[in-house]
Amino acid sequence: MGIYEEIASNKRRSYALVFFFFVFIVLIGLIIGVYWGNSYFGIILAVIVGVIYFLFSYYSGAESILAMSGAKEAQKPEHAFLINTVEGLAIAAGIPVPKVYVIEDTALNAFATGRDPKNSYVAVTTGLLKKLNRQELEGVLAHEISHIKNFDIRVMMLAAVMVGVTVLLSDFLLRSFLWGGKDRDREGNQMTAVLIIVGLVLAILSPLIGEMMKLAISRKREFLADASGALLTRYPKGLADALRKIKADPDPLVDHANKATAHLYISTPFRKDGKKGSWLQSLFSTHPDINERIERLDKM
Amino acid sequence: MLSIGWIIGIVAIALVLIVILIYNSLVRLRVRVENAWSQIDVQLKRRYDLIPNLINTVKGYMKHEKGVLEEVTKARAALVEGGMKDKAKASNQITEALKSIFAVAENYPQLKANENFKMLQEELSGTESKIAYSRQFYNDSVMAYNEARQTFPRNVFAKMFSFPDKEFFETSGEEKKNVKVEF
Repeated sequence: MGIYEEIASNKRRSYALVFFFFVFIVLIGLIIGVYWGNSYFGIILAVIVGVIYFLFSYYSGAESILAMSGAKEAQKPEHAFLINTVEGLAIAAGIPVPKVYVIEDTALNAFATGRDPKNSYVAVTTGLLKKLNRQELEGVLAHEISHIKNFDIRVMMLAAVMVGVTVLLSDFLLRSFLWGGKDRDREGNQMTAVLIIVGLVLAILSPLIGEMMKLAISRKREFLADASGALLTRYPKGLADALRKIKADPDPLVDHANKATAHLYISTPFRKDGKKGSWLQSLFSTHPDINERIERLDKM
Repeated sequence: MLSIGWIIGIVAIALVLIVILIYNSLVRLRVRVENAWSQIDVQLKRRYDLIPNLINTVKGYMKHEKGVLEEVTKARAALVEGGMKDKAKASNQITEALKSIFAVAENYPQLKANENFKMLQEELSGTESKIAYSRQFYNDSVMAYNEARQTFPRNVFAKMFSFPDKEFFETSGEEKKNVKVEF
């Protein structure tokens, strides 16, 4: 599978993601509308809100992700090497130079985001800058540049912003049915009706959210970014060593990372103590096994 | 009778479309090579502009190393004239000369502590790697272009519309080895 197929597949996934988002929004609107006794009103409201939110995610999703992550734009001379390396790799990949951001955090991590190569961003933690040597940092940056070139960033950004709000909304909706229903209605059978609605909502929404996450996550995408990164630097050992250091680091926690942005990072930004979470958490277990990635790089 | 006329017409249109597609793909590849070349040029120019600053900063400290400095200045002057081969050669000479300046600078602790020198060193090594990267992109683009020019059916049209062969930007021997990548 080459890069052009990957780009085409990412564009398809982006459309599908937006489609699922609208299905979700219309469903929510329908439920709210039925609840209030006017389903048309609910759907129209939902579509308007959905369109506005979509435009917002597409055109300023990257900036909000950066703001959420506490990233600041990198400056020369302090980050001269970082900026120069990103520029060099962008030249090698034949894409416009992305904006470079730094996250004040001791964890070793990095991500790329944006809607296309012309509007793209690379962010790295200060921990990464401190603990990796130049070849290793170059390897990580080449991986991120490859995400940009392959249009991975678009799917991942849309997923971060849209799935984030989807999870939030369904959470909110469930709560409002569970708790809001109680005060309003005195009768007991009303309660069972509410429970049925909740059950229905869960049954409809959870697979939808699951589908959206599946679009966002792809093990193949990480391997491909590793491989094309290695092709850029002509030095797979750099990224392999970087991943080894990231693996060995005792503090993988990025303070400002959350479930919606986790899949953007080069390695999972949460603790590695193997704590099993809810179904939601398992949906967001986003990264292929780091050992397998290292192994593949070593073989190149 | 009419239907044969139709078939001939459709085939002719299809052929024209194919020729247009092939022509456009050749143009696209050629434009990429040209863009890639201008990227190299930008970086060569950047280094060209940085060198006088470096010489000025270093001059005061390295009184006994005139030879090394002159070498850089000479190579820099050679960069302006000539075609790609000459530029590649001059560029490689500058790379070598800069290496020896920075190697010699190791013996001058005061120079190494100079903020201006540190910044120039970082910028020059950044530019150096950008030159390497732009050369890599250029050579990759040339390879794709030449391959398209030489394989059937595009070779026929490349000759017909006179798409010239492009040269590689040669390096000074010790190039990073290509890696084997499988998807």
